[in-house]
Amino acid sequence: MSTQESYVTDDGRTIGPTVMEMKNITLRFGGVNAITDISFDIREGEIRAIIGPNGAGKSSMLNVISGFYVPQEGEVWYKGAKRPQMKPYEVAQQGIARTFQNIALFEGMSVLDNVMTGRIRQMNAGLLSQALWKGKAQKEEVENREVVEKIIDFLEIQAIRKTPVGRLPYGLKKRVELARALAAEPSILLLDEPMAGMNVEEKEDMSRFVLDVNDEFGTTIALIEHDMGVVMDLSDRVVVMDYGKKIGDGTPDEVRNNQAVIDAYLGVAHD
Amino acid sequence: MPEQLIFAMEVFLNGLMAGVLYALVALGFVLIYKASGIFNYAQGVMALFAALTLVGIMEGQVPFSHLINAALGTDIHHFGWHVPGFVAILLTMGVMVILAWLVQKVVFRHLVGQEPIILFMATIGLAYFLEGFGDLMWGSEIKTMNVGLPQGMNLAIDEVTYGIFGYGFFIDNLDIVATVIAALLVVALVIFAQYTKQGRAMRAVADDHQAALSVGISLNFIWVMVWSVAGFVALVAGIMWGTKSGVQFSLSLIALKALPVLMLGGFTSIPGAIVGGLIIGVGEKLFEFAIGPMVGGATENWFAYVLALIFLVFRPQGLFGEKIIERV
Repeated sequence: MSTQESYVTDDGRTIGPTVMEMKNITLRFGGVNAITDISFDIREGEIRAIIGPNGAGKSSMLNVISGFYVPQEGEVWYKGAKRPQMKPYEVAQQGIARTFQNIALFEGMSVLDNVMTGRIRQMNAGLLSQALWKGKAQKEEVENREVVEKIIDFLEIQAIRKTPVGRLPYGLKKRVELARALAAEPSILLLDEPMAGMNVEEKEDMSRFVLDVNDEFGTTIALIEHDMGVVMDLSDRVVVMDYGKKIGDGTPDEVRNNQAVIDAYLGVAHD
Repeated sequence: MPEQLIFAMEVFLNGLMAGVLYALVALGFVLIYKASGIFNYAQGVMALFAALTLVGIMEGQVPFSHLINAALGTDIHHFGWHVPGFVAILLTMGVMVILAWLVQKVVFRHLVGQEPIILFMATIGLAYFLEGFGDLMWGSEIKTMNVGLPQGMNLAIDEVTYGIFGYGFFIDNLDIVATVIAALLVVALVIFAQYTKQGRAMRAVADDHQAALSVGISLNFIWVMVWSVAGFVALVAGIMWGTKSGVQFSLSLIALKALPVLMLGGFTSIPGAIVGGLIIGVGEKLFEFAIGPMVGGATENWFAYVLALIFLVFRPQGLFGEKIIERV
């Protein structure tokens, strides 16, 4: 990489070296190329956005990062090492947490239980000590609960802690899903359209939470978003995709003035 | 106290004890259904297989002896040793875990995401395979099981009730043991499901596969674990039924009695399986006692199913099942 040195942003956050790098990723479904030869990197502590029109391959890209899709070509480098082919749960255990475009929560479980599942990676006590609520298990559970309560507090969902998730409105479900992903204390947090289907107020709330999470915990965030205004406000750097190809990469200002990006979003006259 | 009422009380108690055994089988169904949405028709056969394996190991029987003898022209049936009950139970549990792993590896891993009816068909196949396999492995003759559980009339209860009513109740010691063990098992399972990491992961998998993967839960591991726990429950049920009425192939039919139990209790509730089992056990014994003589007896064969049918009409989710909410 060209820019490996840490630097400090205008608002005082430190952006570290590259934590994840996608190298020449190509993903095909049958004969269709969902992603064609895309490379980009994610640096520690930054908010990295992936944008593009519908069907550009943004979600596919996120699914490649989180291990749900296996690309036919290309390499994923994580923390300086090439990542072997992995199952999604193994990727999660490595510290990459995610949310889903269509929300994937445990509907029958309470908000608290949902968020606690995010801590599974941090629980190692034996079955017997867990069942007897003794020693390591007790200490662990208390510690994990502390982290979870802090996150619940942070995302302002204390009032619904004991409510089964199935009963919650859409906007709150999105927030609970974010809480669960955060509970894992991830190295990278992947957000698939965190503001999709929200009204203006909810969008503002969610934007604030994303910024606060990044600011407070220093979490590296990669997010997909449709709303250009939101993306430009939130992110440090932006990757632009169209028809599975990368057409732009840089700071929001650079991307905004990129002719290929303008064409993709506004359409271009073919003569 | 009128004599009839005293008899009815004894029948009631015996019904409770019988219900515990139904509940034990139903418990295995609930576990697998909760965690994977599979209605495991083979649960009864698993109890049979566990019982066969336990007796086989205890008696030092050579597995597949018929097959070996036919192939090699030898005549071996027994190793000539006896394994103590406790050790044999541990070994059998090992076999049930291997079985769980194989079932997951060979069958259900390839059927992920299929319709429930297809998964159900697979368990029917599994039931028949396991029945035949058990036959091939351990032979089909009826065996007695004796792992050292107390049996016969409980004298203390007999004496106490004689002192009170002037009539001694006949309660089998084995039934009392079964009740205690079943109660312990339920408490253990509830603690496991509610308060341990693995239990939480199990509930998570039952709820949403994709979400479970995204927090780092291995679906395969959870499913093997659940089938192993169901295998353990089957083993306990197999020991109880086997000790009571001998290890025979009709044992697999008790699975059918578990069906009405599940319809009463709800397919997803552990306490439901217990309460449902008790209601069926008590219900059929009392019905036989009160109404049986008027209709020529043998009501125990059909009472449970009629009760289940009534439940299906008025409360299809069972007593403890998840409420069925339909949004339009």
